[in-house]
Formats: sequence, C-alpha cells, structure tokens
Amino acid sequence: MPRQTFRLNGETVSVDVEDDVRLLWVLRDLLGVVGPKYGCGINVCKACTSHVNGRAFNPCAVPVGDLGPDDEVTTIEGLPATVGAELHPMQEAWLERDVAQCGYCQPGQIMAAVALVRKVQREGRAISDADLDGIRNICRCGTYTRIREAVRAGERRM
Amino acid sequence: MARPTTDQTHDAAGEAAGEGTSAGGDGVRRRTFLGFVLSGSTLVAAAPLGVGAAPASADGIPTVPQPPEILDLNDFLTLAGASTSNLISITINADGTASFALPRAEVGQGITTSTAMIIAEELDLPVDKVEVTLAPARPELLLNQLTGGSNTTISTYTPIRVAAAVARRALLEAASVQLGDAVDQLVVKLGGVIEAPDGRRVTYGELAGPAAAAQSRGVEVELAERTSHPVIGRPQNRIDALDAVTGRKQFTTDLQVPDALPTMVCRAPNLNGRALRVHNVAEVERMPGVTHVALMDFGVAVRARTFGQCIDAVRAVRADWDPGTVTGESDETVLARLQRDQLPLPSLPSLPLLRTVNADVTFYFRSNSAMDTNSAIADVRADEAEIWSGLKSPVIAQEQIAAAIGLPVSKVRVNVTQSGGSFGRRLFFDGAMEAALISKAMGVPVKLMWHRADDARAGRTHPMCTSKIRAAHVGGQVVAFQQSHASVETDFRHGLGEAITGFAADLPAGLGNLGFAETVFTLTQEMPYNFGAVLQTLTESDGRFNTGSMRNIYSPDVRAASELVVDRLAADMRRDPYQFRRAFSRNARVTAVLDRVAQAGRWGRAMEPGTAQGIAIHKEYKGASACLVEIDCRPATVGRQVRDAVTGPRVTKVVFAIDVGLAINPRGLEAQMQGGINDGIALALTSSLHLRDGHFLEASWDNYFYTRQWNTPPEVEVHVMPSNSPQPGGAGEAGVAATFAAVACAYARATGTMPTHFPVNHLDDLAFEPKSFEPPVPASPTNGLRLTY
Repeated sequence: MPRQTFRLNGETVSVDVEDDVRLLWVLRDLLGVVGPKYGCGINVCKACTSHVNGRAFNPCAVPVGDLGPDDEVTTIEGLPATVGAELHPMQEAWLERDVAQCGYCQPGQIMAAVALVRKVQREGRAISDADLDGIRNICRCGTYTRIREAVRAGERRM
Repeated sequence: MARPTTDQTHDAAGEAAGEGTSAGGDGVRRRTFLGFVLSGSTLVAAAPLGVGAAPASADGIPTVPQPPEILDLNDFLTLAGASTSNLISITINADGTASFALPRAEVGQGITTSTAMIIAEELDLPVDKVEVTLAPARPELLLNQLTGGSNTTISTYTPIRVAAAVARRALLEAASVQLGDAVDQLVVKLGGVIEAPDGRRVTYGELAGPAAAAQSRGVEVELAERTSHPVIGRPQNRIDALDAVTGRKQFTTDLQVPDALPTMVCRAPNLNGRALRVHNVAEVERMPGVTHVALMDFGVAVRARTFGQCIDAVRAVRADWDPGTVTGESDETVLARLQRDQLPLPSLPSLPLLRTVNADVTFYFRSNSAMDTNSAIADVRADEAEIWSGLKSPVIAQEQIAAAIGLPVSKVRVNVTQSGGSFGRRLFFDGAMEAALISKAMGVPVKLMWHRADDARAGRTHPMCTSKIRAAHVGGQVVAFQQSHASVETDFRHGLGEAITGFAADLPAGLGNLGFAETVFTLTQEMPYNFGAVLQTLTESDGRFNTGSMRNIYSPDVRAASELVVDRLAADMRRDPYQFRRAFSRNARVTAVLDRVAQAGRWGRAMEPGTAQGIAIHKEYKGASACLVEIDCRPATVGRQVRDAVTGPRVTKVVFAIDVGLAINPRGLEAQMQGGINDGIALALTSSLHLRDGHFLEASWDNYFYTRQWNTPPEVEVHVMPSNSPQPGGAGEAGVAATFAAVACAYARATGTMPTHFPVNHLDDLAFEPKSFEPPVPASPTNGLRLTY
C-alpha cells in the first residue's frame, strides 16, 4: 500500500493508503480530522471546503495521490494558526453574528468565506452582492442571512 | 388549590404533581411545586417532567372555537408527557457549574442554549456555567422523550425551572448551616455566590457537597411569576457556537468508537426495493479496504476502512432486487389517486348574490434530507448493544431495536448525538435500526452513513398532497370557507403516533376516533379569519412512500393554498389584501403581527411591473406570525444563469413578525425564523422531488434545489414581538408557513397568474441530468485540484 505524504495544518503527515482514496476520507477516517464534513461526496454541497496552498478546494474530489509532499492542506482546525491567533477573524465574525444553527456546514462556509475574501482582495476590490450570491456552500438550516453579514464583517478585519 | 387569576385553566397535571397557586400580598402570582433533592455525593435537584402542564386558553372568545384553540398539538404533547411523572435533574458540581442532561434532541434548533438560559436565570449563574448535554434514551420517560411539534420549550420550561429552584433552595439551606445565618438573611449573587449580611461568602461549588442529600427527599418550592428577567428574553449566542466554528462540534459520523469502521448500503434502483441476491460478494470483499459484505433486507451493506472505499464497493455490487413499493408510478399517477380519494366539498346554500372563489393546488413531494445524512454507530454484541445516533424519539428506537436484535431493552444503550439538522427527519430511527442490524449480521461495530443519494432518493419526504378550496361571500361577508386536503400518508409511527394512541380517549370533541394523521391535522390547523362556516378536512390514503412530518407538517401547504384564496377573495370583494386580512382576523395577536409587517415592510408601496409584494399570516404552536415579501419575476431576474442551479424568481425582501409569547432567546428565535424563511421560499419556488417510473430522480444538491445564496433574499428583517405572556411558545417551525404563503401570493400578484402547483417550477423541464440508479450512488470526482479559488 503506497505511503502518502503531504502537509496538514502546518505539519507533515504520512499515511498508508491507496492513491485513489479521496482526501476527505483520508482526513476524516484515517487521520481523525473531522472538521471537513461530508454532505454529498461529489463536490456540489461544499461542506468539506478546506484550503490547499491557500486556495479553497473540496477534498471529496481530490485523490490523495494527487498531493505532493509540499502541498499544504488547511482544514478548519488549522485556520486560526494561519493568522497566529486563537481564532481567525472570520471565525470571530461568525461568533459575533451567531451564524451557526446545527453547525454541520459551517466549517466549510467559513473556509469558503476566507478564500472568497482573499480572492477579492487579490483582485483589489471588495465583496459585492454578486460575490455573496455566488457562494455555493449549501446550508439546509437556511443561515444564509447571517452568513452574508458575517462574510462582510470578517472581510473588514482581514 | 386557589383559582388562578390569569391564563391558567383547570390543571389536572399540576395537581397531580402537587402544584398550587397563590397570589401573594405583593400581587405577584406564585405557584408551588413539588420537587426533589436526590441522594448523591453532590447536589442533585429534580422535578417531574410533567409538572406545570396546562392547556393555555385562547386569547379571544371565538363563537365556534376550532380544536386548536381549545387544545392544540402542543397541549396534546405536553399532556401526553405529563402522565409519566419522571424526573429531570440538575446537578451542581464541585467547580460551581450546573449540569443538565436534556431528554430531547438538539438538531440545530437551539434548545441546549435556551435550556441553559432557563437554568442560569433560576440559579443566578452565567450561561457559560451551565452545561447542557443530551440524555440517552430513558425508557421510563415513555412518551416524554420525543422532540417534535416545536414542543421542547413549552413542555420543559416549568419542570426545569422547578428543578433549578429546588437546587437553589438546597444551596441556600446548606449556606445557612455554613454561615450561621437564616436562609432569608442570605443573598444569592450572580455567579453562584451566596453572601451573608456581614459579607462572608460561600460559593455553589463549595456547597455542592454539603447540600447533597444522603436520602432522596421531596421539597416544595415556589415559582414566582417574574416581572423582570436577567437572562430570559435577552439575546444569547448559542452555547455550542465556538465548537461549531472551530470544527470541534461532533456529529454522529465524527465520533470515534473503537473498530466502528465506515459502512454504507447499496440500495435498490426502485423506491423501497428489497435485496434478493448478491452475485459478487467475493469480488466486493476483495476490493481495497473492504472488510465485510452483508446481504440485508434493505440492501447490501459494505464495511471498509474508509467511506470512499465503501462508495467504490457500493458501486461494484451486482444484485437482484424486487421491484419496490411504487413500481411504475409517477407524479401523475399518484396525483390521480389523491384526487380520486379527496373528499368532495359540501354544497353551499343557494343564495341569489352568493359568489364563490375556487382553487385547486397541488404540492409535489419534497425531500426531508438534512445536511448531516442519516447515520448511526452500532456496536451489537451477543449480550448487549450500544447505539449512537441523532434521535428525536430514542425511547421507541430503543424498544424496537432491542426487539429486532433480540436483546432486552435494558441491554441496549441508546445515545442521542447532536444532529446536523432534522426538520422532522430524525423522528425516524431507520438509520439506527439499519446500523444495529448490520452490526449484528457482520458481528463487528459499524459506523453507518447514508450516501447523499440514499438520503435524497430513499429518505423521508414531505408527502405529495393536493388541496381543493371553495370560499363564498355575500354582502361583504365571507360566509363559508371549505378546504379538502388530500395527502399521501404521513408516517407518524415514530412515537408521536404512539402518544396519540395512548391519549386518544382524552381528546375533546370526539377527536379520538380519528387516525394519527387526522388528529395531528385537526390539532394544528386553525383558520385565523372570521370566515363563517369553516370546514377543513384531511384524507390520507397512500402508504407506500417514506414520508414524515417535515418542518411544520401540514401547515405550509394548507396555509399557502388558503392564503392564495384569501387574496382571491379580497380581489373579488375589491379589498386590499392587507386590509382584508386585518378586517377578518379573529385574533388580536395575529392582527398585531400583520400590522407590524405591513408597516415595517411598507405594504402597498409602488412596485415595478413584474415585481410585487405578498402578505400572509399564520397561527399555530401558541404563536402568531406574519410575513411580507417582495418578489422579482422579471425575465432578466428569472433567466439568471448559475451553473448546476435553479434561479427563477427572486424574493428580494422579507419582513417577518413573530409572537411566540415569552421568547426565551430572541437571537435564537430570529435565527429559526430566518431559516424558516428560506424553507418557505424553497417550498414555493424551487424544491421538489420528481417521481418517475417508481423512483425519485433527485440524488444530490445539484438536483434538489433547496434555497441557495443566489435565491436567498438580500434583505431579511425579523421582528420578535414584545409579549406579556409568562409562557413560552414553539419556535422551530413557526417561520415556514407564513413565508411560503406570502411568497405564493407575491408570485401570483407579480405574474398575474393563480399557481396550481408548488414549487412553481416543478412541471418545467428538468434542470438536471438524473444520476444513475444502478449503481445507486455517483462516482467520486477526481478533478478537485482544478477547481480551486
């Protein structure tokens, strides 16, 4: 069985598993990193949204063998460390707005929001209503109103 | 027992629990209750869960009261629980915190937070010093461990307050011994400190041991009706919010139970098809990671090292299936059956000037799938078993699972886990039952997770139904309103049904003769208008589908159809829709919420062609709600392109007003309304399942179009109405019905059409390519690294 090596939340990890197992299951079932959630397994619900090399991605759609030893995967568990704080500003915004209901999709929502803000900042602009409309992460509790408020609040502090 | 002065009527349950009422010299109404200090090494204070159960009277004096005004579904659930005088208990710990195991399920609705608030207020503790967990199945609670009907706070508010008051009194008595001052000389300070007149202090933590009882004893405590609330009624963030945003909140599939490896089920291509034979067990067993394959009645179970390998194994299974329960059936054939079984509307008197308005509206199947798919962990051994699952009816689950695996109930521990959403879904324990049976068959622990495609296609649905309405008016008065609602059978066989069976004889007005569904319908449907002779009937006839009481059960559909007819009546009588509703409202609280949304939402403001406002009201669960929406049905909006999505009409603004009585946590209540608003929009515009040729086509979130960010209103305002009521009402479902109805009315006004079916896009061309039925789950994609942003 091949050995897979990549960076996870700031540390190098190695795990023995077949190349084609999707990263979501390597994280959840083998490494016990359960912040990224399963909601569809086909990259449409976005509940597993995490970051690879700073960009948002969905580990349910990435065979673990596609990752190299230098690829840095960040899950919700590793997000605060990217800013050297207890909580990332986006998590603080989420707490202030009390966004979560059941909470199941929220790690993915937060990771998507952080990537979205970084993207518009790279493009030298601010979050627009169209950007918010374009967030694909589904929330079956319907927390969209507070998500929109929190993304804007988090943006102001990033 | 003194006759209460305000809203309490005869209170048999309260008497049984030793409750009395008095008005003190200061005019503050007090009620005495019997609680207990239970034996233990630390202070454990308890109260019977049925205490304080009393039907509240209606606000007005209607001429012909409808059943929900005498006894609604919530009174029913509360009374059903009252008979089982079993205890809930609050423990005071040595670190000064209080802990409580709530015999209900937290599924996102916020009851752990509101419960912590109730305890914090009674004990003068900060909310973060109160830990609320979920109790495992407690068989002695019988019917009183069911989470449904927005009933949790209504039924647990007084018992929790009584237990907390018992704890407070025991702490004061222990402090009195330690400090040498009489109890009435002592002052409880915020934060769990008791202070003597000379300033000496002792903390709850220090008192927890001394206040403990060697032998359990009964304690009488007095609950004063509070004039001010330090905690209740103030916005409180969720107690699990930090865990949710850091990924630490644990759902069933996040739990690490030794050797409980990932397990999935390959299901039949047709709805409820049974597995007859597997052709390639050995081949599947040899696949990477796979440990076990088992032929079960409900499908072929596979267990593997990862869920990804389970998905591959499910896709590899080759099996024979029976044709299922609805082979060959489609939306049209099910609808034809409903229309055949629908009760005819009674004839109206022939008056010369009588005018009638008629409507026929169909509501297609909708998925009751939450984000966290159906899942359970089971470890079934020869002589005992343990289950973990998000369960709203764990007592029935425990009984039936024990019977199915051949163990006594006492040998089956059923743990209630936090759920990622429910909306009624987790009243059913089919996942837990399957996990237990698979664990028994394989002889190993399993962590069963349904694939999203299983949840969408084989999961619970809101049943298809159709409503025929006729309303008649003459001389400016509505003289009759008739609604005949016909539905595919709603499955209540999860505890609520058992509760109804047990209490049918106690129901008023001969309701006990009705079946489960008719009883729930009768106890929930209340026409909020003075419309003369009102008759609403339900027929349920087709039991072949997996259905459930999805968020707010009948009300969203029944009310949407009714409110569309109300708009038609107003138009026929040349009245403004808002003024018309106001004039015919039969309840002051309904009128108040209606006025609030009309004012805050600027009802009647000029709108562009193709856009419109809609307004609607709803009364249920001891609460009143109103919703005003604005919708944009202009072609440029309807035609917006978003990949793998349905756009269509956009609700651009929602103003919602809710009166639940005493709002324990207004911030949580607002959240529930915001969620209910998105549900209402989904029901009106985008969300449905298509039944074709014996199976549902939708298999995932790119097929089933629940409200998304591109559909959600950019502007949402929720108004929580002030209330003098001492009693809380239900919150979890109250946002859906009025929103659905308001969106329906706005859509009708914007397009100048009368919708005949919901969601309005259901009969359009499919917005997706159906995924395969064999294999029943889609392949896992591989292109994730090309889709980063």
